[in-house]
Amino acid sequence: MSHTLKIENLHVSVEGKAILRGVNLTLNYGETHALMGPNGSGKSTLGLAIAGHPNYEITEGSITLDGVDITEWEADQRARAGIFMAFQRPVAIPGVKTADFLRHAATNVRRPDRKEGEDLIPMREFRKELKSKMEQLKIDPEFARRYVNDGFSGGEMKRSEILTMAMLSPKFSILDETDSGLDADAVRLASASIAEIGKDKMGLLIITHHDKLLEHNPPQYTHVMLGGRIVETGGAELARELHDHGYERIRATYPDADAANQQMIAKEETIAV
Amino acid sequence: MSAVADQNVGLGKFDRHGFDDFLAKRIDPTWLSDARKAAYAEFETMGWPNPRSENWMRSDLRGFRIEKYSIAHETETQTKLDAPVHLLEGVEIAGSVRSANGIVISEELDESLKAKGVLFGSLSRLSREKPELVKKYLHTLIDSSADRFAALQVAMWSDGYLLYVPRNVIIEKPLHIHASMTEGGSDLSHTLVILEEGAEATVLTECSSVTEQGSGMFCGGVELILGARSNLRDVSLQDWGQKVWHFAHKRASVGQDATLQWTLAAMGSRFAQVDQQVEMVAPGARSFVNGVMFTRDRQHLTYNTIQRHCAPHCTSDFLYKSVLQDRSRTVWRGMIKVDEGADKTDGYQRNDNLMLSDAARADSIPGLEIKADDVRCTHGSTSGRVDEELIFYARSRGFTRQEAILMIVTGFFQQIFDRITIESVREALGKAIARQVRQYE
Repeated sequence: MSHTLKIENLHVSVEGKAILRGVNLTLNYGETHALMGPNGSGKSTLGLAIAGHPNYEITEGSITLDGVDITEWEADQRARAGIFMAFQRPVAIPGVKTADFLRHAATNVRRPDRKEGEDLIPMREFRKELKSKMEQLKIDPEFARRYVNDGFSGGEMKRSEILTMAMLSPKFSILDETDSGLDADAVRLASASIAEIGKDKMGLLIITHHDKLLEHNPPQYTHVMLGGRIVETGGAELARELHDHGYERIRATYPDADAANQQMIAKEETIAV
Repeated sequence: MSAVADQNVGLGKFDRHGFDDFLAKRIDPTWLSDARKAAYAEFETMGWPNPRSENWMRSDLRGFRIEKYSIAHETETQTKLDAPVHLLEGVEIAGSVRSANGIVISEELDESLKAKGVLFGSLSRLSREKPELVKKYLHTLIDSSADRFAALQVAMWSDGYLLYVPRNVIIEKPLHIHASMTEGGSDLSHTLVILEEGAEATVLTECSSVTEQGSGMFCGGVELILGARSNLRDVSLQDWGQKVWHFAHKRASVGQDATLQWTLAAMGSRFAQVDQQVEMVAPGARSFVNGVMFTRDRQHLTYNTIQRHCAPHCTSDFLYKSVLQDRSRTVWRGMIKVDEGADKTDGYQRNDNLMLSDAARADSIPGLEIKADDVRCTHGSTSGRVDEELIFYARSRGFTRQEAILMIVTGFFQQIFDRITIESVREALGKAIARQVRQYE
């Protein structure tokens, strides 16, 4: 299988403020990419812009999937085309059982031309599949009956996102800090689960601060983001270097991008106040 | 000749001549005619509800013209109307009563229940055939002086439904009532449910107009009387046309160790004003009330609810949830009243509102009035706009915006569905909710 997700010269603004300033990135099916960078550099913004969040306005550049321009597509069209994002902090949907949510989602993603109101995947068939995926990921079967992310611990939320990825089997997955807030054992489990589900079966873009999540997912490419741009691309060794030594070398090498990054953080703080 | 008082101008068919004509066309026993005359005299002395009164200050009656509506007579033949029915799907029933414009047009009840002394059918007919029974209970819980609509209903109730279940008789299957209305019609029906000691029944009531945009007036009453250790499950789905004015007084009296599970769903009508009161009259009485409101366009629904504890060791649990679209509005006023001596009361009330548009408005006014010392009463309310982040999350998983909203709304009502023990009712309500969701974008 060959699929390509191509980001070209992507500029993104949130509430009128420029965050991404010309990002170029090409992901091929079966590849693993790590995306690293200091806080406020625009990593999550890139993910949300690819996923189609309505508040992330693409002011310049394009996103193409297998040569089709999806820059203007709604989030659900992108999901049905095979784009997936595992969120850092997925929202809770009270009253909606995880199994029901996933059944509807899987039906829509597998049958992209399904019209509203048409039948979902038969219940029995779906339950069987969900059960086996949960066993594979070592998730308590009780999970399926709980409301979507409602009262979930940090670890449960991340595993729920990986389960969702498993059920939707997208062409490309963006994993936004799937290690944040987890203890070492939970990170190792998440890393192994991502490899189990995603390695060689999709294109992976793993956003992280640490190399632990990459343990089972050695990246072919590591990209460093600073000030809303990818300033450097290397192999797995670059991820290790950043994990061990931080971003000082990067900041010193790209002072313009660093200045932009500082400015973005300052703005965020002003907004937060 | 004396001049007609202001409040009696513009009554159309509901004026004094109309009332006399109405009475002349009925075949009521004398005690009933007398009760009607007294209530009509009261009606004539009353004004329309004062917009400054607590129950009406958030209601706007300005568009209401009673003279626009026709009146149905018992002696005229009513034909079966083609108005939608939702609660019957997948359910086996023990009996059914249908009405058109507030007049019963068909009555059915399983023979085995008739043999046990169960009565289910036209209230007009049964007030002639079982005068002692009807006289004993009719309008004992509803006070004609409550407001002008109550007085009108006591005076001019057109027909309605009586369910009487004798001592220790248990009706397993639900009984079904369907009220239908023609364009510009009126329905002044009355529901009277009497469960003797140890009796059990389930009643599914629904009302609908011949067209979705239908106009008309409903001015009705409901009285539920639960004897000791009886158990009543009552579900009502109000799905009138979008231009109907709906006025209702609903009362229940729950006896010793009796249980009332009462679900009220409202999707229809232009305007609704429902005054609901449940009285726990003897120790161990329990009531669970669920309210589901889902509004659109310029609908304006008001629910004034009172849960009154007259005796010790009683439980009441009221949960009202509404979802609002467009420029619609809901008002919920809840009150837990605990009488002196009603110790060990366990009272709970909650109202949650979810707004799907910025122009919608939900008012939520909880209240407590406690005259006993040893009680546990809690209340709460929430109101908020649907979270766009939830919609985005669902869309990122392949849901359309429409599907995402329906899912969020269904999830919002789930807590109420969990409290409804009849599966077919849960399904019917789920479908009614899905129909009510607007097309977005």
